Amino acid sequence: MSGRAVAAPGARHAPSALELERRAFRKRQGYRSVAVSLVSTLVFVGVVVLVLRATPGWPRVADAFFDPEAAWRSLPRVLEGLWLNVRVLLVASVGVVLMALLVASVRTLRGPVFFPLRALAAGYTDLFRGIPLIIVLYLVGFGIPGLRFFPRMDAAVWGTIALVLVYGAYVAEVFRAGIEAVHPSQRLAARGLGLSHGQTMRRVVLPQALRKVTPALMNDFVALQKDVGLISVLGAVDAVRAAQIETSRYYDFTPYVVAGLLFVLLALPMIRLTDWYSARVRAREQMGSVV
Amino acid sequence: MSEPVLRMSGVWCAFGDHEVLRGIDLEVHRHEVVALIGASGSGKSTLLRTANLLEHIDDGQIFLTGEDVSDPRVDGDAVRARIGTVFQSYNLFPHLSVLDNVTLAARVVHKRPRAEAEARGRELLASIGLAAKADAYPDTLSGGQQQRVAIVRAIATDPELLLLDEITSALDPELVGEVLDLVRSLKAGGATILMATHEMAFARDVADRVVFLDAGRVLEQGSPAEILVAPREPRTREFLARVLTH
Repeated sequence: MSGRAVAAPGARHAPSALELERRAFRKRQGYRSVAVSLVSTLVFVGVVVLVLRATPGWPRVADAFFDPEAAWRSLPRVLEGLWLNVRVLLVASVGVVLMALLVASVRTLRGPVFFPLRALAAGYTDLFRGIPLIIVLYLVGFGIPGLRFFPRMDAAVWGTIALVLVYGAYVAEVFRAGIEAVHPSQRLAARGLGLSHGQTMRRVVLPQALRKVTPALMNDFVALQKDVGLISVLGAVDAVRAAQIETSRYYDFTPYVVAGLLFVLLALPMIRLTDWYSARVRAREQMGSVV
Repeated sequence: MSEPVLRMSGVWCAFGDHEVLRGIDLEVHRHEVVALIGASGSGKSTLLRTANLLEHIDDGQIFLTGEDVSDPRVDGDAVRARIGTVFQSYNLFPHLSVLDNVTLAARVVHKRPRAEAEARGRELLASIGLAAKADAYPDTLSGGQQQRVAIVRAIATDPELLLLDEITSALDPELVGEVLDLVRSLKAGGATILMATHEMAFARDVADRVVFLDAGRVLEQGSPAEILVAPREPRTREFLARVLTH
């Protein structure tokens, strides 16, 4: 039998010399990988910069796209435009989720009575996943006001509606995939307890489905974040439009670069959040953490 | 005695503050069948997973035929290629046919030619009476059939050691027998097996040695007669009283 002294329950196990040596080894390996990745990144960036600077047109491009003075001059206008993008983004993302939940729920309805609704929902997702976003923007933004049926509304509002229509179709399919990925035995268990179809969906299926599709949803949100820039085609003065105005005023493309960087900054928190969430989900499934 | 196939020495494994294994010392010798028994949560499954490096350890050493495989410099994939593992819920790959399940490791890890791997796979399937199911998919098989395929998948690459993790726990009672018969025939063929089990009668019948695990430690071990009939430790007696009255 084991002759080893065993720590009393509750007391932390004191690692052996061998284990300490192994931990030190893993730590050294960790430092080594950090150093290697640092060096390889520096070399990569250095090569890219050198190649760029060696191109014959670099001085002119640097002047037209990376002019610090033009960047500073256009920043207030572009920022103002970006604030419109942020507002459109917030309203549109709420609209997208509501639209998508509605369509996905309709698509899971059983029973022949609901056939027209189901067909409508299916037709909607087919149609709006098929049409390019920019065409929907034109049709909604210029076509619907042309009916002179609705009161006059800002271009940004029509842009938001177009975004909700297109992204609602995509996100509805994500939800539906999530709903179908919940194991049928969960549905049986809920119905076996006497819950109705609706109660089963709301209390059992949807909560599990949402958890499954959260990373995909976050990804769609990041995509929406930059597509809000397309409302500029309707004339709404967002970040892209503001950059365009500044560009044509001074014949310098730097404002576009400024707008692009601002969009990246806007997206970064969400991208990091998505990574963090996926890592947390992985950590929770402790088993098999080694492989 | 020759070098044991598996030797664990002072193995600790904790998840956060929860210490699942608390200094495990264990040996499995060639052609030996060792049964791990103990209450659920006593660390049986974790012990098996640490043995083929599917779980981390926080201290101690694990030797496979004398080689320290717990050294961080060791390639875990190469170690696992020498060990066969069978899980409680079969874990067959649902997108592969029965034959592809059985031959996957032989083809991908051991780089055997497909024809050779498949000939061996069909031979093994025939030996368990499932030759006709070679091209079927796992979900068309009964639980007992799936678990026998999983065992055949584990032995198809002639591993030095077989780890069986409560392989009958998910099975209907009438299907348990066919799986246990297969393990008996593996023992007769000279396999080296470490198995966690709830089947006391089976452990008594087939194991050369029984190891009682309690709260992450090996509390006592010995021949089935010693441990299952006349245990010395009160905790072992308590455990056996609970499982044998049911």
